[in-house]
Amino acid sequence: MDAAKSFQSPESLFVVHSESARMATETVKVLGCWPSPYVIRARIALNIKSVEYEYQEEDLLGGNKSDLLLKSNPVYKKVPVLLHADRPICESLVIVQYVDEVWASGPAILPSDPYDRAIARFWAIYMDDKWYPRVKEGFFSEGEASKIAFEEADKGLLLLEEAFTKCSKGQKFFGGERIGYLDIALGSHLAWIRVIEKASNVSLIDEAKTPNLYKWAHDFSADVAVKDVLPSTDKLYEFAKLLISVMKGSTPEK
Amino acid sequence: MEKKRDESSSVKLVGFWVSPFVHRVRWALKFKGIEYEYIEEDIFNKTPLLSELNPLYQKVPVLVHDGKPLSDSSIILEYVDQKWKPNPLLPDDPYERAQAHLWARFADEKVLESAWLALCSEGKTQERAVKQAIENLEKVEEKLKGKRFFGGDKIGHVDLMMGFVSYMLPVWEEVAGVKILDPLKFPAVAAWTNNFLNHEAIKAEYLPSRAETVAYFQWRRKELIPVYASYSRWSNK
Repeated sequence: MDAAKSFQSPESLFVVHSESARMATETVKVLGCWPSPYVIRARIALNIKSVEYEYQEEDLLGGNKSDLLLKSNPVYKKVPVLLHADRPICESLVIVQYVDEVWASGPAILPSDPYDRAIARFWAIYMDDKWYPRVKEGFFSEGEASKIAFEEADKGLLLLEEAFTKCSKGQKFFGGERIGYLDIALGSHLAWIRVIEKASNVSLIDEAKTPNLYKWAHDFSADVAVKDVLPSTDKLYEFAKLLISVMKGSTPEK
Repeated sequence: MEKKRDESSSVKLVGFWVSPFVHRVRWALKFKGIEYEYIEEDIFNKTPLLSELNPLYQKVPVLVHDGKPLSDSSIILEYVDQKWKPNPLLPDDPYERAQAHLWARFADEKVLESAWLALCSEGKTQERAVKQAIENLEKVEEKLKGKRFFGGDKIGHVDLMMGFVSYMLPVWEEVAGVKILDPLKFPAVAAWTNNFLNHEAIKAEYLPSRAETVAYFQWRRKELIPVYASYSRWSNK
């Protein structure tokens, strides 16, 4: 940044954003569970902004939701919940957007252009509502149903490969040179994608079929905001085996 | 009657006359004072236009601004609010904005979904859907207590997203032969319904007649009951 741009007058240092600046210093807590891609999203967003936060692990597999979780998210009773100055924000993508807006001085997560933002939101919704359910279905079902689900997931990945080309404009990430909203939306699923690839013996993000996403997956996983919160494939694989046995062995707790 | 626009209209909306998702966008555009060309698409006889503008889902509404298409009513509403700044629909404060997004999701994922299921089912499935819809409305009632609109004194994003409750839900109730929005049980929602429908931007915008809407959904209910009955996940909810 050249000298002229980096100069700020004393008045401008105390400009309009005093309320946001104050909010940005309030305590932050995340209620989560480590295998959840949705929790991972919240944590990556906070990491991008270098926000210090307290993390509370919820025992969801054991069916022991904390009182704080039940109080903070009474409608859905789900993680993640972000508590900022004790006020709860739920739903991973809403949290990511919130973090982006509150800590506006940090690197941008969502694009600034309204149309690009809308496209980012569109693809994130596609990933969550259409694409990832096919992957899960491939994993949890068997035989023909599983095969069809994985085939649909493959088709979806071709669309996402195309979306990546358009959004990245030749750079490393959906967000450009730095990870952004769509990187977080898709990348948060990478640990489970790798587990499912291993367990179901399929290749989803495939070097031949989706070369750009394949490279992106490596770059994303290595990013400083991501590497400590994306679980290792081995650790998550063990958890997945436990989850399946719980699902098969007992009546699932709703 | 829509104003006649030439081909160079910078804002176009592709819609279907009775879709509540399309109505939301029309209200938003009216509220912002944006002139647009409306293009009716018969969703039961789709033209190539819809495949071109929304290849993934081929659904309405689609907003086309300066040649660039956008789909999904909540995405369109947010885009419109950001692109045309006067008369904001979403709050400035990030926390309030997050709450608005959450309530917008609640409107579609819970309120609309349960009411729609009540419309498209019968017997035990319908009973469960009605019960769910009432529970969802209880949360809405709580949210609206002491307020004219979800946004407070002024209409906002959540009001538009919940707008179907004011005029579409009563139609679905009549067609399905159920009662969900009882004004005695839900006085705040009932009051909001009046405030909403009497708001100048809502009143001035096109809404199909009740008779036409009833006839349409009577037909849809008949068509959809067997379809939804075969989805085991619905009966397990």
